[in-house]
Amino acid sequence: MSDLHCKTLTELRGILDSKQISAQELAQHFIRRIQAHDSTLNSFISVTEDAGLLAAQRADEKIAAGQAGALTGIPVAHKDIFCTMGVKTSCGSRMLDNFIAPYNASVVERLNQADTVMLGKTNMDEFAMGSTSESSYYGATKNPWDTQAVPGGSSGGSAAAIAAGLTPIATGTDTGGSIRQPAAYCGITGLKPTYGRVSRFGMIAYASSLDQGGPMARSAEDCALLLNVMAGFDARDSTSSEQASEDYTAQLNLDLTGLKIGLPREYFGAGLDVGVAQAIDAAISELRKLGAEVREVSLPNSELAIPAYYVIAPAEASSNLSRFDGVRFGHRCDAPKDLTDLYERSRAEGFGDEVKRRIMIGTYALSSGYYDAYYLKAQRVRRLIADDFQRVLSEVDVIMGPVTPSVAPNLGESLKDPVAMYLSDIYTVPVNLAGLPAISIPVGFAHNRPVGLQVIGKAFAESRLLNIAHRFQQATDWHRQTPPAFK
Amino acid sequence: MLITPNEVMKIAHLARMSVDHDDVERYAKDLSGILGLVEQMNQVDVRGIEPMAHPLDMCQRLRADVVTEVNQRDTLQAHAPAVERGLFLVPKVIE
Repeated sequence: MSDLHCKTLTELRGILDSKQISAQELAQHFIRRIQAHDSTLNSFISVTEDAGLLAAQRADEKIAAGQAGALTGIPVAHKDIFCTMGVKTSCGSRMLDNFIAPYNASVVERLNQADTVMLGKTNMDEFAMGSTSESSYYGATKNPWDTQAVPGGSSGGSAAAIAAGLTPIATGTDTGGSIRQPAAYCGITGLKPTYGRVSRFGMIAYASSLDQGGPMARSAEDCALLLNVMAGFDARDSTSSEQASEDYTAQLNLDLTGLKIGLPREYFGAGLDVGVAQAIDAAISELRKLGAEVREVSLPNSELAIPAYYVIAPAEASSNLSRFDGVRFGHRCDAPKDLTDLYERSRAEGFGDEVKRRIMIGTYALSSGYYDAYYLKAQRVRRLIADDFQRVLSEVDVIMGPVTPSVAPNLGESLKDPVAMYLSDIYTVPVNLAGLPAISIPVGFAHNRPVGLQVIGKAFAESRLLNIAHRFQQATDWHRQTPPAFK
Repeated sequence: MLITPNEVMKIAHLARMSVDHDDVERYAKDLSGILGLVEQMNQVDVRGIEPMAHPLDMCQRLRADVVTEVNQRDTLQAHAPAVERGLFLVPKVIE
């Protein structure tokens, strides 16, 4: 069976349970693919072959004993933002290049308990700050569809690894689009759950009022299976939602007849690439055929989202990243002459350019005399944006539009002008500010690069989003496409 | 420019992050660009709008005031840059 990397989780479950192959053979298949292809893609920071094979052996014992769960023996890759006990957890930064996590993130713990097999840790923008995965201390990840292109970011390593068949599923995190945008650029499926749905314990913080972990996979059904394990209340995360989680596969097959879709006119205006618009239009037509009703809606404050985000996220980041001081863990400069020198040089050496920019913007916005003009103002704008969504989502079931205004740019392009890169997140950032769930699904190609459709739902409507995505994927095969160089 | 090179030095110090002299101009330009973007917020009048600190308007959950953590000093200090007898070492602060 040489096409194991193209199978869905349901197919892999059948193959493992019927003993056609063992979990160890399955893990070896993916490890061989990582060895063969990742020198081209650079989607992994660490590969945990030995620990993975040991976990696969334990999974085989469970399967033999008839105790297999939905994910027993399924290989997984974790974004290097999730703490993994005994394994380097770098967050893509020189600051944490020497950091071996002393505990597991709740998400990792849950997936370990579900008998998944960790293949390694995926590459990412440094501290999840970026939209291209180029700001990693470990070098840029490449897009499997075109190695001249970026995979998106910040969860670019996870997206590229799935698209290239180096892992069937992966974890990601999304603060302003970091699951959905790389999913769109790499032609895979990625879900940002409602804020508070997935525990942030052990997930290195960037902007705490926006950060949310979520599943990335080859299909909506696989995302649902992964979310089933990731989601749920966690007492160790003070912002974890106490709302009961669900079986996210239960409603996958619901009929879409009568589904009300809102298309915000602000998501289809100037700046949207014509090829992307055509792919989105075709996807909406397909959903009409499946019984959905479509109407135009308006989210009038959308264009204020990026300005507000670039106050709120950096402000929270400047506070969160103050813990990296060269004293208790992480990088320390050589021969500091006093304590201030220790702090200032350790941080200057440990952080890259984009992280420094955001820390400085955040420090400025929170500094004496500027708080009201920046941080408080941004929080008021945030309310306007959230209110827009609430109003529209009382009229329609879901909001749809493109994930990004254009397809994946070439490597290097976004490094020239940070502000231009920020604007590429215009359709994803508002969703984080409102704390809502949204999914990115592949719906075709433009300029030979993948295009993603975004479906935004009401708070805790993950099941509905997965249902819509699954029905679409039952009727189409965009999610089954694989990059020719990684067959 | 919204941020001058002098302000960059001041912000960098507040953030306890040294900036190379050669990079100050570039950061002044980059930060000014970002603040230019941010100032688009001024297009809208937000007087009277309640600031939104948290997406779901949740309250901070409190827990019982009891010890739940075990002592992991050795584990947690294992990757510290410099420790001695269970203490983190830093350069001398008081002469």
